[in-house]
Formats: sequence, structure tokens, C-alpha cells
Amino acid sequence: MPQVEPMEGNQAVAEAMRQINPDVVAAYPITPSTEVVQTFAQFVADGEVDTNFVAVESEHSAMSACTSAAAAGGRVMNATSSAGLALMWEILYITASLRMPVILTVVNRALSGNINIHCDHSDTMGARDAGWIQIYAENVQESYDNLIQAVAIGEQADVRLPVMSCLDGFLVSHSYELLQVEDDDAVKDFVGPYVPRYPLLDVENPLTMGPLDLYDFYFEHKRDQWAAYEPAKQAVIEVGQRFGETFGRSYGLFEKYQLDDAEVAIVALGSMAGTAKDAVESLRAEGVKAGLLKLRLFRPFPAEELAEALAGLKAVAVCDRAASFGAQAGPLYAEITSALYTAGVSVPTVNYIYGLGGRQIAPDEIISIYRDLEQVAAEGQPDQPLQFIGVRAFSKEEHADMYAF
Amino acid sequence: MARLQELAERRTALTGGHRLCPGCGEPIVVRQVLMSTDDPVIAASCTGCLEVSTTIFPYTAWAIPWIHIAFENAAATIAGIEAMYKALKTKAAKGEPLPDYIDPDANYKFVAFAGDGGTYDIGIQSLSGAVERGHQFLYVCLNNEAYMNTGIQRSSATPMGSHTTTSPAGSVLPGKTMHRKDLTAIIAAHDIPYAAQSIPGRWRDLTTKAAKALEIDGPTFINVLTPCPLGWRCEPAITPEISQLAVDTCMWPLYEVEYGEWKLNYTPKEKKPLDEYLEPQGRFRHLFRDEKGADVRKRMQEFVDYKWEQLRARCGEE
Ligand SMILES: Cc1ncc(C[n+]2csc(CCOP(=O)(O)OP(=O)(O)O)c2C)c(N)n1
Ligand code: SF4
Ligand SMILES: [Mg+2]
Repeated sequence: MPQVEPMEGNQAVAEAMRQINPDVVAAYPITPSTEVVQTFAQFVADGEVDTNFVAVESEHSAMSACTSAAAAGGRVMNATSSAGLALMWEILYITASLRMPVILTVVNRALSGNINIHCDHSDTMGARDAGWIQIYAENVQESYDNLIQAVAIGEQADVRLPVMSCLDGFLVSHSYELLQVEDDDAVKDFVGPYVPRYPLLDVENPLTMGPLDLYDFYFEHKRDQWAAYEPAKQAVIEVGQRFGETFGRSYGLFEKYQLDDAEVAIVALGSMAGTAKDAVESLRAEGVKAGLLKLRLFRPFPAEELAEALAGLKAVAVCDRAASFGAQAGPLYAEITSALYTAGVSVPTVNYIYGLGGRQIAPDEIISIYRDLEQVAAEGQPDQPLQFIGVRAFSKEEHADMYAF
Repeated sequence: MARLQELAERRTALTGGHRLCPGCGEPIVVRQVLMSTDDPVIAASCTGCLEVSTTIFPYTAWAIPWIHIAFENAAATIAGIEAMYKALKTKAAKGEPLPDYIDPDANYKFVAFAGDGGTYDIGIQSLSGAVERGHQFLYVCLNNEAYMNTGIQRSSATPMGSHTTTSPAGSVLPGKTMHRKDLTAIIAAHDIPYAAQSIPGRWRDLTTKAAKALEIDGPTFINVLTPCPLGWRCEPAITPEISQLAVDTCMWPLYEVEYGEWKLNYTPKEKKPLDEYLEPQGRFRHLFRDEKGADVRKRMQEFVDYKWEQLRARCGEE
């Protein structure tokens, strides 16, 4: 019987991993994803899974071993955050290029310096061009549901791509929620058995993987890889529907919350969407036509679908929980505005950078964004397309005070 | 132990047609290692001469399964494959079907081939981690004492006095000014079942060691001094002989450490002066020009003597 249990995000992820029972997990601890690895190690120690757990000496080795284990022919999972993902960076591209459906939970955390263990999305945004599918969760239930779907999406025959299943550090990873835990057998049925393609362990059909690939073929290989992302997007839709039919919770590329008749809307990823829903409700009570688009799939980026969903709005705020230094805006904003422009949709847009290093975003602040949007809608364009919200501006004197100890 | 004839008749895991230089020691070592067993072998390499010269897409010289992921991770790469093999075997033991392409009766072997750069320097963490965890694999270091693939830069395996492009001999500096590190001893200090040194010039030594290592269910390591005619600036034809000279001068002693027992496999009848090994190699030529060079050669000889006595003591040969 499915059960409802109070669980933290990290425990929910580990629980999904236990049910999926991957062949190999090669992982390395880092806050705030450590608990996933620890909890899973205990499952191994207690014989609750058949997994060969490899407690590697670094994230670089973790992703190297995950990639080669997948190449050998089997299901592979892993979890990390921030600096750990950064240390994997070189290998992330190779995992995707070799078309190995490794499933990686990323508990989002700020990148150093200065060192900070709390949530922002700079880590996964930094890896956005590596070729991995990226799915973001709002809460504990979605973290659990997304990980199960990630296996089915990444392993689909016409996709064969690695997937990052992302949840917000501490805000989701360390928050207790009531989790609907599905039956072990139902989860196993949903993901199905692993179907190897060109396994390295097939010694009768020896394969050379990861060769030297120069200007005469490399480009074609990259073009071929490009072709996998449209099927990947379709797979996210189909698997999300099948998940709904099986477990009663359906998923798509994004969630529209009070969006269809909205005039002003926020686009956000991750846990902020939960707070934004409350803000939408209180504004709706006042008669403000506020809406929310919670993006779930960031890679491959569903540009056309997003442009269609945002067309007709009078003003849109795109919220980025990531620093993209030197760029004209945050990464999500850049993608959204590019999608709108390409589709010929003209909507005034504002970019809000928020929440870096775990800074909380309060409902009042979100409401103030909607108020700004009403102004933008009235004027037809923002006077400042890039805004920071929730950050203090210190005067010279205050700065001097801070260091006067 | 297999006779030469038998070895020669075994499978060719690495075929001809690769683009390694004439006289390169690397394919000789790879072939000798892989002909030491009849079991199925899966190989991994890190970035380096062997990888770029044997797998230029759409061609490959490998007749066995082979993978390359990156430069600093040959050990983690082979560990991942071994981990998956063990996982599938363990599941099969619990009653799940073994994939039909895996022979249930065969003993699969896992071999990593990595350069000295990929082993002594950037890959030492990955190697140390993998041997500590006890994966079943043989790690062969193709030690040509520099980063050859990128154009002969120094590594921590490069001997003192050697001219490389990042330790060039100049009017002030005599090539590399530090001694190389003793990686075989470092790996042996992990208390692994088997660590050894060998050369391509003594096929019996290398194939015996490889065969022994491949029978062990645990991490094993063979550090093979692998001449590179291009980087060492010596005649392609003398690859076996120059490696033999390294052994006869005690610059590269042949020994093995089996379950903590240190054993010398070869003691030269007469220990030759180091100069005999240095002279044929252009990378040391500048040391034969003046007093300063002579002084460096003296220090190199002292280091060889010191390491040789240290090794003899470890092997109980006093
Ligand atoms: C992370 C990273 N740094 C640097 C390089 C460039 N690189 C490729 S091969 C190589 C040197 C290889 O030297 P070695 O391991 O001794 O192998 P050899 O070519 O001498 O056989 C270097 C520096 C790389 N591929 N990856
Ligand atoms: S440069 Fe040296 S190691 Fe590389 S292929 Fe040529 S001889 Fe072999
Ligand atoms: Mg080298």
C-alpha cells in the first residue's frame, strides 16, 4: 500500500533510490546532499538494495566511475551539490556525449567564494550547456516523483541522456513534508528493467568508446547529439502523463498556476514557486490578475511552449536564483526573452535576481514584484530590466561600521 | 608460465595500423600485458599518446572493449566498469538473470593503461582512491617520464637533469632540477596485493608479472618504464636495449611487492655506471658538455645508488 510519511527532501530522494535499486551508485558527500548518500549507504549496509555502492574519493571520480559503470551496461545514480557538481564539470559533458543515462540528484547550493552552503541555482545553471536534462522540483513530493520519472526519461531508447533532478538545498532537502511514498513494486514497474545499449561488457562485440574525434567527424557527432533533445522533451511530457495515470500526480514541462487569465505573471524555478502561489492567492483576493509559471524542465528548454504560455500577458517577471556574472541578465531571463523574441511574442519583461546564498524570499517581496509588474504593464516597459530583490544596499558609513571590530 | 611461442599465438588485442611513433614502447607494453591472459579483458585508458594514436575516429586499433573518458581518471574509469560487473554478478547470484552477453563461467579482467602524467601527477588521487577501495583491476603505468602527447613536458616521473619543454636545459638551468618521485613505493604503501616495476625489453619479466597480477582479485599495479624515442631523443631501434640499460644501471630496478613482501627480480652482474644509460639519450646530452653537467650527473648517480641500496634493504638483500 502507498503510504503517507513525514520526510525531508533528502530522505525522499534516498527512498526513491532504494525503490529504484540501481546497479551502481558512486558518490561523494557534500552539504546539503550528504544525507542522500548517507541514507543510501545505510540501505546498502542493511541489504535493502542490491546496489554496488562505491564510496569514491572525489566527485570527479564519482562522475567518472558513474559514466564508465553506465558504459559497462547498467543503471547508475549519484547525488551532489555546488562544488561537487563543479568538480564533475569536465566529466558531465562526456557523460552526455557518450549518451549514458546516469541519474544525478543535485541539491542546489551556491558556488564559492565566499563559501556558502545554502541554496541558489548557480551550480546547475553553470552546468546548463553540458547536455544533461535538468528538472527542478518545488517541494519534497516533487523531488521524489521527479527522480522516479528521471530514470524513465533518461533511459528511453531515443533519448539516452543523463538527467539532473534538482531540489533546493535546505529549503527542500532539509524540510519535512508529508510524502506520498508509492509501493516498491509500483515504482520498479514504472521505471522498468534497465535495457543496455552497446554495453562495454559485451566482449564478443568489442567497442571503442571515447576515441579521438577530430574536425572530420566531431561536428557531425555533436549535431547527432543535438537531435536527442526534442525526443527528450517529448519524453518528459509522456513520462509525466504516465506518472499521473499510475500514481495520480501528473507532470508536464511547466505548471501554470492561475496563469490562463492572468495579466501579470512570475516565472520561477524550484521552491520559490510555492511561496509565489500564496502571493498569487492573496493578490487574486484583491482582484489583481496575478499568475505564476513554475518551470520544471530547464534543459531541454521548452522555448515554444513557454512563449505560447506567456503570450498575451501584460508584464512578466523572470526570477533567477543564480549569478551569471557579466551577462546582461540571469540565465533563466536570457532564455525566456530569447524564446519570446524568437516566437514573435512581445511582452514587457523584468529580471529579478533573488535568493543568492540561501537568502530567503518573503511573500511580501513576491507581492512587491507583482506590484512592480502592474506598473510595468501600465507603462509598457520597465525602466530597469534587471533588479535585485532582498539584497541590502549599505551606505559607506554602514560598510565602515561592519568592518570596525 | 607461457613460452614465447605460445604468447605470440595468443590474440592480438591491440592491432597494427595505430599511429604511435616507430619504436614507441607503449604498444609493446600493451601487447605484452594483454597476451598474458586468455580471459576476457576490458581496458580503459586516460588521455595521452596511447589513446590519441590508437583510436582516431572512425578507426580503432583495439580488438577488445576499450574506453577513454578523460586524463585524470583512468583508475576511476576502470573502477566503474569493475563495479558494474560485480553488481551484475552479485544480482545474478541472488537469482536475477545475468545479461546474456556476459559469460557466466569466464573471469573478466579489467586493465587500465595510463601515462606517467595521468598516473604520477593529475591522476594520483583517482588511483590512490581506487586501490584503497580494493577494486579488482590491473593498472599499468606506461611511464615514459614526461607528458609526451602534449609535446614532452616534465612530470613528477621525469628524472633530474632531463630536458623537457617545461624543464628546458638553458644557460642557467640544467633541465629538471628535482628528482622524480617513487610512485611504485607509494602505491605499494597502500598495502595492495601486488605492485611491481618492469620494462618492455624483458618480455618474460613483464608477461609473468602481468599474468600474476591478473590472477589477483584486488588492485594491482605495474609501473613500466616505457621508452619514447621522440621525447628521450634516442634511436627508435634501441627501445628494448635502452630499457635494459635502465635496469643494468639500477636506474629502474625490476622488483615486485607481493602481499607486502619486497622481492628483487633482477640484480645486474655488474652495476653499470649511469652515464651508459644517459649518453644515448638526447634529453641528457647537455649534461655531457661542461662541469655543471658533470655535477648534475654525479648527483643523479648518487640518487640512483641511494635508491638502489634502499630497495636492496627492503628486499632483504644486504
Ligand atoms: C584535465 C586535462 N589537463 C590537461 C590535458 C592535456 N593533456 C592531454 S594528454 C597530456 C599528457 C599526457 O602525458 P602522459 O600521461 O605521461 O601520457 P603520454 O602521452 O606521455 O603517454 C596532457 C597534459 C587534458 N587532456 N586534460
Ligand atoms: S611521442 Fe613518444 S610516447 Fe608518444 S607515440 Fe611517440 S614515441 Fe610513443
Ligand atoms: Mg608520459
